[in-house]
Amino acid sequence: MKRFFDTELETFRSHLMLMGELSIRQVRDSLKALVEADAALAQRVIDADDEIDRLEMEIDDEAIRYMNLRSPVATELRLVIVGMKASHDLERVGDECTTIAKRAIRLAAERPLKPYVDIPRMAEIAIEMLRDALDCFLHGDTEKALAVVRRDAEVDAINKQLYRELSSYMIENPATTTRALELMFISKSLERVADHACNIAEEMVFLAKAQDIRHREEFKKS
Amino acid sequence: METISTTPTVTVASSSGATPASRSFKVSSAPSDAQPAETLINIENFDFYYGAKQALFDINLKLDDKRVTAFIGPSGCGKSTLLRCLNRMNDLIDGTSVKRGKVTVRGIDINGGDVDPIELRKRVGMVFQKSNPFPKSIYENVIYGLRIQGETNKTRLDEVVEKSLRGAALWDEVKDRLHESGLGLSGGQQQRLCIARTIAVSPEIILMDEPCSALDPIATAKVEELIHDLKKEFTIIIVTHSMQQAARCSDKTAFFYMGKLVEYADTRTIFMNPANPQTEAYVSGRFG
Repeated sequence: MKRFFDTELETFRSHLMLMGELSIRQVRDSLKALVEADAALAQRVIDADDEIDRLEMEIDDEAIRYMNLRSPVATELRLVIVGMKASHDLERVGDECTTIAKRAIRLAAERPLKPYVDIPRMAEIAIEMLRDALDCFLHGDTEKALAVVRRDAEVDAINKQLYRELSSYMIENPATTTRALELMFISKSLERVADHACNIAEEMVFLAKAQDIRHREEFKKS
Repeated sequence: METISTTPTVTVASSSGATPASRSFKVSSAPSDAQPAETLINIENFDFYYGAKQALFDINLKLDDKRVTAFIGPSGCGKSTLLRCLNRMNDLIDGTSVKRGKVTVRGIDINGGDVDPIELRKRVGMVFQKSNPFPKSIYENVIYGLRIQGETNKTRLDEVVEKSLRGAALWDEVKDRLHESGLGLSGGQQQRLCIARTIAVSPEIILMDEPCSALDPIATAKVEELIHDLKKEFTIIIVTHSMQQAARCSDKTAFFYMGKLVEYADTRTIFMNPANPQTEAYVSGRFG
């Protein structure tokens, strides 16, 4: 039986998916701006964050309204709760992209410290993790969600490796410090993006199975 | 502990010597929700008929002692029928029959030949959808059951009235007009008066058949608060069409559809992650 307010849930879902797509685009564009030293693109990333912020507030408003007026239970209740939490994670992804874009603008004015290999690889993994987490939202594939959580270790490992590598640059040549620090923070931002993807994946397991898998030893984030 | 004995009829034996008047409403006597509950009522392979029409199909259900269990389901699903089987109220309807299975209360088959339904109904009280105070004073309404039992001791009757009205959260509102007609009370007060009348005879189980469906939100909240308090002393089974009420009041919920038990689980599970898609659809308001 279709209810007159079912369209509200459909709108809620589509706004969350839109927010997810925008967040993925922001990660991709912020990295492109860095690698191609494209300050104009970086500025567009910064400007586009407002749309993600607006969507977060809209999703919150829709969720609160639905809980207030429609008394959701079972899957619907989990959807509304998970949707709110996932939108907060996506908003933070947007913030990390803004941080990357600001640093990309500064780095665009300087000679590259090194060829960008590891950072784009981190970004690709983080994007895949976000994509898979959002696929779970659409299709309820919890195995995929668990794979996202396990994959976080890959990103963490690259981040640590980059930290060591950039530290050695700074020790060997203090003139590289500013650029190396910018890249360290970009690496950290991408590592955080992957963490948010994990959070979303965990939330999707709760949505599909009502099981809370957060903070389990086997999935501990570093 | 009170037990039901089968010989010669169902009677109350109280090892503590507790009487209706001395029943107290102490929090300490109640098990906390965290403690595992004992099974009080066991329904096994239960088939029930109205004439040739089967109303209940192979019901298997264990109901916990001193807990609130909600029966939910669309109209005609058999939830009220099952409720009324628990104190044999259906005996009063011509042509009804239990064709298979049994209902036991503390191990005693309530449909057994040696069980007196009148005695059973003293142990298993009932509150109905529409409050039905007798056209008597508030005082006489409360002690009606005791009067029938032959109780004449005025001191004891006074005690029962106060304890029962306090237990039904009505004492403060009516203590100065106990001898006025029960029919002069508001709908919510009348329903609580009926609950007071029910608990006055010290039942072990209280059946509630949509007790708030005719009440406004304030009166409903009072009855729900009362249900929460009463479960410290009584086992309560409530039939309700309000999903929110089932969620707020009950520890376990049973969902029925077309005379069959579809799902029975902790209320939290039923409203967070039901196993059966029919249950999910019903509690979400998608059918029924």
